[in-house]
Amino acid sequence: MDSAAGSRATLKLMIVDDSNIIRRRIERSQQIARLEVVGAASNGRAAVEMFRRTQPDVVTMDLTMPEMDGIQCVEELVAINSNVLILVVSALADKATAVEAIEKGANGFLCKPFTDRQLNDALEELLSEA
Amino acid sequence: MFKEAEIRTFIEGTTNYFETSAQQSATVGSPYLVTDGKPGAYEYTGVIGITGARRGIVYFTAPRGMLTVLLMRMQETDTSDENIKDLVGEVANTISGNARRDFGKNFVISVPIVIAHDLEKVTTPHARSFVIPINWRTHSAKLVVCLE
Repeated sequence: MDSAAGSRATLKLMIVDDSNIIRRRIERSQQIARLEVVGAASNGRAAVEMFRRTQPDVVTMDLTMPEMDGIQCVEELVAINSNVLILVVSALADKATAVEAIEKGANGFLCKPFTDRQLNDALEELLSEA
Repeated sequence: MFKEAEIRTFIEGTTNYFETSAQQSATVGSPYLVTDGKPGAYEYTGVIGITGARRGIVYFTAPRGMLTVLLMRMQETDTSDENIKDLVGEVANTISGNARRDFGKNFVISVPIVIAHDLEKVTTPHARSFVIPINWRTHSAKLVVCLE
């Protein structure tokens, strides 16, 4: 699989959250010209399947979800493609959870609730790693 | 036992939710203690189960009118019953998850359970709950914290 750090102008974005409102909100609010949404999943298991199929470069990842939680999903996605850039977007506001997500392979953490500006700043910072 | 001083965490979580998501402040009334196991509910309720270091539930309950306007403030045009239920669960999830900033990782939250159109189904595991009244625009809602 290609590296997210490649020179392609467009990067594929997958959104993972069990809330339809949040999935739609992230899709609507993200203003990064080089990001193209290729899919949205409502739990970790569906996200892994979609990840294999659509091969996104960037993922926004909720943590508290049914079937497979976000921490386990981060681990599985990184095992498939270690170059994927993952922004965790979660209400879990304790430092230990953020550290655990980063240790499992996530690249950034945005705490819910968030403004459009905070979302775009977090995505910009994530992409600056690419 | 859950201490009255700890209610501050949930008040801050509630006000932060409205300020950030709706870009419009909510006012929070004086929290009060209910000891008869009947803290009350509105038409839509998002319930979060709490396990780990604390046990019990946190629920956010609101009328449809408030949730519809909140969705619209979030630029969401689909105000279907499904999205209203999604929102009430997400508010409960966000406020409960934010509480881990103070209570730590062992404050374990479940995915939301949503109860709509059936106020009798909204129950608490213990007789004693703290109720935080929330006023936003012309609407009223409640956050109920029922923890051991």
